[in-house]
Amino acid sequence: MMLSRVGDTLYWMSRYLERAEHTARLLDLQLHLMLDQTEINPVRRWNHLLKSLHLPPLETGQPDAFEMTHWLTFDPSNEFSILSFISAARENARHVREQISSEMWEQINRLYFQVKQTSIGDIWNDQPHEFFRSVKEGVHLFQGITDSTMSNGEGWSFIQMGRFLERANMIARLVDTHYQQFAATALDQTVNFNFLEWVGLLKSCTAYEAYCKVYTADVRPDLTAEYLILNPDFPHTVRYSVDRLTIAIQAAAASTESKRARHVTRLAGKLRAMMDYAQMDEILADGLHNYLETIQTQCTQIHNAIYSAFIVYPADEFVN
Amino acid sequence: MDEPAQPIPRVPAFQQYEFDNAYDEMFAADGSTRAHYQDIYDLLIRLTPEEYQRRKTAADITFLNQGITFTVYGHEDGTEKIFPYDLIPRIITRAEWDTIERGLTQRITALNLFLKDIYFDGHILNDGIVPREMIYTCKHYRRQMKGVAVPNDVYTAVTGTDIVRDETGQFVVLEDNLRVPSGVSYMLANRHLMKYVFPRIFGAYGVRPIDDYGQRLLATLRSLAPRRREDPTIVLLTPGVYNSAYFEHTYLARQMGIQLVEGRDLLVHDNVLYMRTTAGLKRVDVIYRRVDDDFLDPLVFRSDSILGVAGLLNVYRAGNVALANAIGTGIADDKAIYSYVPEIIRYYLGEDAILPNVETYRLNEPKSLDYVLKNIDKLVVKAVGESGGYGMLIGPHSTKAEQEEFARRVIADPRNYIAQPTLALSRAPCLFDSGVEARVIDLRPYILYDGDKVTIVPGGLTRVALRRGSLVVNSSQGGGSKDTWVLNN
Repeated sequence: MMLSRVGDTLYWMSRYLERAEHTARLLDLQLHLMLDQTEINPVRRWNHLLKSLHLPPLETGQPDAFEMTHWLTFDPSNEFSILSFISAARENARHVREQISSEMWEQINRLYFQVKQTSIGDIWNDQPHEFFRSVKEGVHLFQGITDSTMSNGEGWSFIQMGRFLERANMIARLVDTHYQQFAATALDQTVNFNFLEWVGLLKSCTAYEAYCKVYTADVRPDLTAEYLILNPDFPHTVRYSVDRLTIAIQAAAASTESKRARHVTRLAGKLRAMMDYAQMDEILADGLHNYLETIQTQCTQIHNAIYSAFIVYPADEFVN
Repeated sequence: MDEPAQPIPRVPAFQQYEFDNAYDEMFAADGSTRAHYQDIYDLLIRLTPEEYQRRKTAADITFLNQGITFTVYGHEDGTEKIFPYDLIPRIITRAEWDTIERGLTQRITALNLFLKDIYFDGHILNDGIVPREMIYTCKHYRRQMKGVAVPNDVYTAVTGTDIVRDETGQFVVLEDNLRVPSGVSYMLANRHLMKYVFPRIFGAYGVRPIDDYGQRLLATLRSLAPRRREDPTIVLLTPGVYNSAYFEHTYLARQMGIQLVEGRDLLVHDNVLYMRTTAGLKRVDVIYRRVDDDFLDPLVFRSDSILGVAGLLNVYRAGNVALANAIGTGIADDKAIYSYVPEIIRYYLGEDAILPNVETYRLNEPKSLDYVLKNIDKLVVKAVGESGGYGMLIGPHSTKAEQEEFARRVIADPRNYIAQPTLALSRAPCLFDSGVEARVIDLRPYILYDGDKVTIVPGGLTRVALRRGSLVVNSSQGGGSKDTWVLNN
């Protein structure tokens, strides 16, 4: 048996950490891509990043890379900065400290202090890359510690739900934003224009090497989309995330034996089936944007259903 | 009274050890070591600085790894400190403990009868033993509890009574904590630590175990559950992660295997209390609450409280949930009412108090007030509702201006103050980097009561004023703790 508040807190702890990692990956790539001289102007590039992160576009003027990186990484007044995400994750962990392992608590603390005690000045002149890498590794370490030190019971299921719901949603958004920006050319041809951007998309999901093993270094927009959306084996694809999300929801539903959980398991199963039986050519024919938007909408519905099944439900339905 | 002892063997470890007119736990008046401290003494004079550091480091690591820390307020980075502790145990002989145990059993039995009487018939008021206005002017009196039956007539399931030793070595009660006494986790943690750091001497001493406190507390709480409920659900209600005793709340919940809940996890429906779980609402039968009366139910007490549950008092009145401790038990924590405890014991049990109170002047009595105002520089003056070493004047350690200020306050509101003679509290040896030094200590045993019997695990929290010259043992003011060994024989 687990308190609803505890499930809620574990879920958000996990979502915030996933967001922190995602932001670190995108920002790392952004700075990397800006090293090469390309056609794309900085305003367009930053707006593209902001859109991928669900943030509003720049209002005016020329964005300054230093300022933007500070704002998205260290600014405590920006609730979408890496620091804010990690701080929120830590705050959540602290409220359920007796439910998570000491090792998990120590790692999230280490990660928090590492980011909090670094400033943009410390990383800007040397290697921002090293810093972002350490953030990613810090989150990976937390996930590894979680998997090997926490009982894989109901609490763990809520952590898994948060992690994979966030990831499915984020990747769908990222791919969608990218295609709207760069998919002007034929989708079934090898890209030669904006090649770095397409490699960048794969890299921002740490999927470039894995992609090459399946499709060789022949980077084609349709194959890239197929890989990031439908590949069942790679951990940073939509389908893999939805699979894990569904398994976690089913596990929570089984351990609570809650009737209300039927709705959420149905929604998760529906999304999973939509991915299992999809083919890329059909998706492209119907419009990739629509498909990805449907995924994001369904993720929101699943989130709401998780809440009404386990966390904030009407009191009188559950009195027994 | 013991004369200040002189002929103490001036071994290096004891260079800094000072004596005055207070009772010394380790050394008798003639400077000889008390028999039950002899083995500890021998250990201390043999302990090299390196050996000391090694054990101290091992102890620190044990505390840190167990997460036995408290949060320092005002640090936004959430710095956590180890609770200060001392490595020399405080030793209580079997005979001393028997007196303490009998005294506390008597006291807690009488206080529960007193609380029931106050909230029902008021015989003790009608008979003029305790003045009626004392009760109705007490800020811990809860009129909402008038006529409310509590399970097994148990008002205080858990009490932490503070006991000190005066110059003659006599144990006296300094105050009763009948509301939400804390510190028991440090009692258990200190024991765990000592068994780990000094296993051999611990084994040789024949110390009575305290490790079953969690089970005993759980059994006490279970006995309070509404009768018709089989396999009752028991929870620990905490104010939350920002409370300074949060560590203890998580620790006790784990020890007992019960859920640690906050007010927002609970709700009242049709006069039944539930907690929200992922599997739906689950009925709650007993609350071990670590939240003060004022915050328990915003419909009845402080309406700005978000730590409690709206409607809880009605559930309680209907007999659908048990609270430990009951609401309104703080009456006897009022230091003016405390002064009546010997009379209360005599009234209900027909016995003399086994453990005496500290002599206390009630300032609503004109003769006492007059005496106290004339001698304020020699006395300790305390506000009746304060604790934790706050709101008090220690006459001999105060300035003329402070004394005048306190005298003004006392005259303005005599009911709100009491005075006591300045006590020389007993000293016990404590281990520092510089060697062994004597420090002021007290003792807080934890007393469980289920309406049938009183259970006291043999021991308690010995608090110590670690700062040289300090009389205040509270952890908020530089106090620490040490393990308490009650011997088998």
